[in-house]
Amino acid sequence: MSNDVFVITEHLNGKIADISYEMVGKAKELASTLGGQAVAIVLGSGMVAQAATFSSDKTIYVDDPGLAQFNPEANGKVIENLITAHTPRLTLFGSTSMGMDVAAWLSAKTGQSCAAYVKALSVEGGDIVATCQVYAGKAIAEAVPGGDQAIALALAGSFPADAGRGSTSAQQIASPVPLDGLRTRFIKLIQPQAGDVDITAQDKLVAVGRGIGSKDDIEIADALAEALGAVVAASRPITDAGWLPKTRQVGKSGVAVKPKLYLALGISGAPEHIEGMKDAETIIAVNTDPNAPIFDYAHYGTTCDLFDVVEAILDNL
Amino acid sequence: MNILVAIKHIPSLTDELPINKAGTNLDFGDVDFVLNEFDEHAIEQAVLVKEASGGTVTVLGIDLIEELDNVLHTALAKGADNTAKITGLEPGLDSHTHARLLADQIRGMAPDLVFTGVQAADDMDGQIGPMLAAYLDIPYVGVVNGVQVNGGKASIQKEYSGGVMAEFEVDLPAVIGIQAAAQPPRYAPISKIRQMAQTVKITEYEVDDPDTDGGTFLRKMSKPVSAGHAEMLEGDAKAVGKKIVEILEEKGLL
Ligand SMILES: Cc1cc2nc3c(=O)[nH]c(=O)nc-3n(C[C@H](O)[C@H](O)[C@H](O)COP(=O)(O)OP(=O)(O)OC[C@H]3O[C@@H](n4cnc5c(N)ncnc54)[C@H](O)[C@@H]3O)c2cc1C
Ligand SMILES: Nc1ncnc2c1ncn2[C@@H]1O[C@H](COP(=O)(O)O)[C@@H](O)[C@H]1O
Repeated sequence: MSNDVFVITEHLNGKIADISYEMVGKAKELASTLGGQAVAIVLGSGMVAQAATFSSDKTIYVDDPGLAQFNPEANGKVIENLITAHTPRLTLFGSTSMGMDVAAWLSAKTGQSCAAYVKALSVEGGDIVATCQVYAGKAIAEAVPGGDQAIALALAGSFPADAGRGSTSAQQIASPVPLDGLRTRFIKLIQPQAGDVDITAQDKLVAVGRGIGSKDDIEIADALAEALGAVVAASRPITDAGWLPKTRQVGKSGVAVKPKLYLALGISGAPEHIEGMKDAETIIAVNTDPNAPIFDYAHYGTTCDLFDVVEAILDNL
Repeated sequence: MNILVAIKHIPSLTDELPINKAGTNLDFGDVDFVLNEFDEHAIEQAVLVKEASGGTVTVLGIDLIEELDNVLHTALAKGADNTAKITGLEPGLDSHTHARLLADQIRGMAPDLVFTGVQAADDMDGQIGPMLAAYLDIPYVGVVNGVQVNGGKASIQKEYSGGVMAEFEVDLPAVIGIQAAAQPPRYAPISKIRQMAQTVKITEYEVDDPDTDGGTFLRKMSKPVSAGHAEMLEGDAKAVGKKIVEILEEKGLL
């Protein structure tokens, strides 16, 4: 086993995701404590320039046409091979759509334990200690992955990205495993439908969550938004239910917004939602549950019923 | 088409979550359990595939607190054909242990498709699906919001961020982690759930002494202490509404 910390980076449309830099920055710190190297792993095709943008001690760039687009099976196989060959102490994945497909799979394949929803990492004695968000952010767990090697899925926004940016030239290799005959085939990317308002371009958002209760009650958010000169956004359950279009979704699988005002009505503040709005300038949260995680991120909060609060705001405008 | 759905009972997040005396996990005796939200979608997606392509849907869960029957009867009322539960375990076991137990049962059932929820919002989320795929040696694709089966293949839509999706084709059998079914989960009338409870027998597999290798040790669990908590606005809704308008005015947001 080595004391290296591997970072499985990710990219879409030729652009490296910020979380990759965030993890590389953290890996450098951990690797220096452990006495190993921070190694960035890039899988792609024609990505040699992008692969050289990390501050890692070393970067391994696996170039293969079959890796041009993320494919859980292809990426999994290559990563399993690299991890088995190099035996890093810790392998970091982003807690993202791509990272989540491979990390736990690798964990079962290699018998390593895997910590998820990690927002802090440290080394204590020789142990890796991961601070994980559990129960949708309503509790925090300190986990010590057992064994000589471990895997962790890092939450976006947990570590500064700048520490991971740099210019380490990448060591390019061909895929160490054959990538033909896969049972999973990438077909195409599907871009979101344009045409609706762009919520990332708004100064003020009135965001509704499941606390709104019914489709008909979206109207009250519309009325408030109109009075404030704001646009209505939503958490995932609202767009999943079809009460508002997908384009209005804030969060991990929606968009990240940074408005001047984010007024959250009946949103609990799950990590996937927080990821998309925590950088708003002023966050006001209305939620009847005093323990709702949204209050840890909001600047102002109230546990009054959202319907009463909306009515009172409208009365005072 | 033999479709299997793995479902998980998890502590209800709408309640206060009590931490156990040792401070290492929840006090499971003191919480209500509900079906993981994404598993509702997994069941719905399985029934949709069955309706489109034929076959049977089997719903399997680990019964941690001896209250899974109602969830399984509800799944039957929504269109599942068979139900099974694994008993003899306590809450709080790690993902590797759960995944191995499930894989051992699922292997014998030889399904063409296995659906899981993308994650269960309890601890160490989102691991069982990929682990099942690894133990069963079949493909996994997660964060999926659409599945169409065509012969021995499935076409699936996976979500990235910003509304971008990727389409994949997988050879079956495969494990698919469902984020959202193609339509909101259907409602099952209580009368039908009752009827299922009276007529259907749930298959039971009892285990003792599971292999608990490879897990992550939770040494401490606590309520989050936030760096900055919101300033809570005092008074009734009327006072709060007035105060919010004042704040907006002050910040030049009106
Ligand atoms: C891979 C992945 C990606 C995801 N991506 C996203 C994403 O992009 N965006 C997103 O939002 N979620 C996303 N999620 C889902 C996320 O985990 C949560 O399920 C979701 O954010 C919860 O939405 P909510 O806060 O509206 O609902 P809930 O968590 O159900 O919260 C509703 C809140 O309303 C409050 N409430 C109820 N009634 C009232 C009332 N009358 N007045 C005031 N308050 C009231 C309740 O106290 C509760 O806190 C994702 C999940 C996964 C697994
Ligand atoms: N104990 C379990 N019994 C059955 N299915 C489970 C169990 N644990 C997890 N799953 C399935 O795996 C998904 C992801 O769970 P998790 O890895 O715990 O976040 C869940 O949505 C379920 O579909």
